[in-house]
Amino acid sequence: MISVNNILETIKMIQDEHLDIRAVTMGISLLDCIRADHQELCGQVYDKICRKAEHLVSTCEEIEKEYGIPIINKRVSVTPVSMLCGASGGDPVAIAHALDRAADTVGINFIGGYSALVHKGYTEADRRLIASIPEALSQTQKVCSSVNVATTKAGINMDAVAEMGRIIRQTALLTADRDSIGCAKLVVFANAPEDNPFMAGAFHGIGEPECVINVGVSGPGVVASAVEKAGDCDMTALAEVIKKTAFKITRMGQLVATTASQRLGVPFGIVDVSLAPTPAVGDSVAYILEKMGLEQCGCHGTTAALAMLNDAVKKGGLMASSHVGGLSGAFIPVSEDAGMIAAAQNGTLTLSKLEAMTAVCSVGLDMIVVPGDTSEKILSAISADEIAIGVVNTKTTAVRVIPAIGKQVGEELSFGGLLGSGPVMPVCPLSPAKLVERGGRIPAPIHSLKN
Amino acid sequence: MKAVIAVIGKDYVGIIAKVSAVCAECGANIVDISQSVLKEYFTMSMLVDIDGLKMEFTAFVDRMNTLSKEIGMEIHTMHENIFNAMHNI
Repeated sequence: MISVNNILETIKMIQDEHLDIRAVTMGISLLDCIRADHQELCGQVYDKICRKAEHLVSTCEEIEKEYGIPIINKRVSVTPVSMLCGASGGDPVAIAHALDRAADTVGINFIGGYSALVHKGYTEADRRLIASIPEALSQTQKVCSSVNVATTKAGINMDAVAEMGRIIRQTALLTADRDSIGCAKLVVFANAPEDNPFMAGAFHGIGEPECVINVGVSGPGVVASAVEKAGDCDMTALAEVIKKTAFKITRMGQLVATTASQRLGVPFGIVDVSLAPTPAVGDSVAYILEKMGLEQCGCHGTTAALAMLNDAVKKGGLMASSHVGGLSGAFIPVSEDAGMIAAAQNGTLTLSKLEAMTAVCSVGLDMIVVPGDTSEKILSAISADEIAIGVVNTKTTAVRVIPAIGKQVGEELSFGGLLGSGPVMPVCPLSPAKLVERGGRIPAPIHSLKN
Repeated sequence: MKAVIAVIGKDYVGIIAKVSAVCAECGANIVDISQSVLKEYFTMSMLVDIDGLKMEFTAFVDRMNTLSKEIGMEIHTMHENIFNAMHNI
């Protein structure tokens, strides 16, 4: 018999410490939907998603009930859309509408894959897709978009980085009446993973099977509480505590992933071992860092604490799952984390500190609100810095910044729900225009040559 | 297949009787019970065999949730696999 203490520990984690499965994401290949006729292509896209994901939501709800564990998001990721519209030559926005309609029909909350992979250069279709992002994100509700502008192998496509500055700004302007929410659904990537279950950056990579189930776990609240309980131990002991907790969290993700995959008749892909916060008090990565011994997240010592946390989460999670993938690490999305919001509000957490933190953890400059008058050149340069960290450190980095149109430092944007709300953070106003305008490619770093 | 029924709340006479009556009514066979009272707090975990359930497991969970409200105790009914996964290597 399972011990009473173990039973109560699990129940406490779920009930009091916000333990949940953050996302069950079904990856669907749309390559067989390609048609020369654009309208027919859109119809195929809609039909295939509805067919494959028909039982996704109901199956997840069933699992939630049987295991008593909440599954917060049910999502779909698809083949990068730029690959579809290359064949038909039609307007990519029509595909965005088809994706949005399909997402509504199957009842999921986000669909990712309005994406282009341009780390080495553009196809004609990539160009059209990227240009259409502001329009697509302003006209749809659930579609998420991402653009991979760099890899460690290929270097950084600086033309794409420059272009994305313009796209981010235009997206903010087109959705200015809704707190620039379009930018919360747009990610600029370096080394984008093909099996990421988390939005807004999820897409179904070309090396992926026909259909696959990827699961993202969560649990900052559980880790924070374990760190608190550990008391005054040294860092070695603390790392052990975090590893054990991450193991438990991930085992649950693995169970849900294999059960969902079995019931849906779809292969299991990966578990993404990430600490994903929510704006709910107690479900914050910043609180973990503070419980480790910082007065507030963002003060000196934050990067070291985060580096240990991120590493321990991975080590614990790795043994708990048969396949670990996606982003796997601690997330630090400012607007989605109560502790980060507080630290940004009083100025402890700055953009430069966040940039340093992203060198040792998952993702990157995520859900950061910047002044509405931030120029496209500065947006590009912010992206370039972050992308360079990813390329040189052979890791994924992403940029999801939101220019708050009409707002200045001291004001706030509020998206609601899991996207939360964020204070406008100051950026350096000096111009990086000349650098951004140079374009071209930053060559791949020396350590990319591993063969 | 087995499920765990965890019952937590203020102790009074007849809690186990009420929970086990519903188990019998639904066809859940009790395999093991572990129970303790700490101060005035009652904690019980019950392992039940659900192969002979007269209903879907999710409906049984609903029935237990209703019972939880009726008897004023917190009741969690969960498939045993979640505990096995989390606490056993």
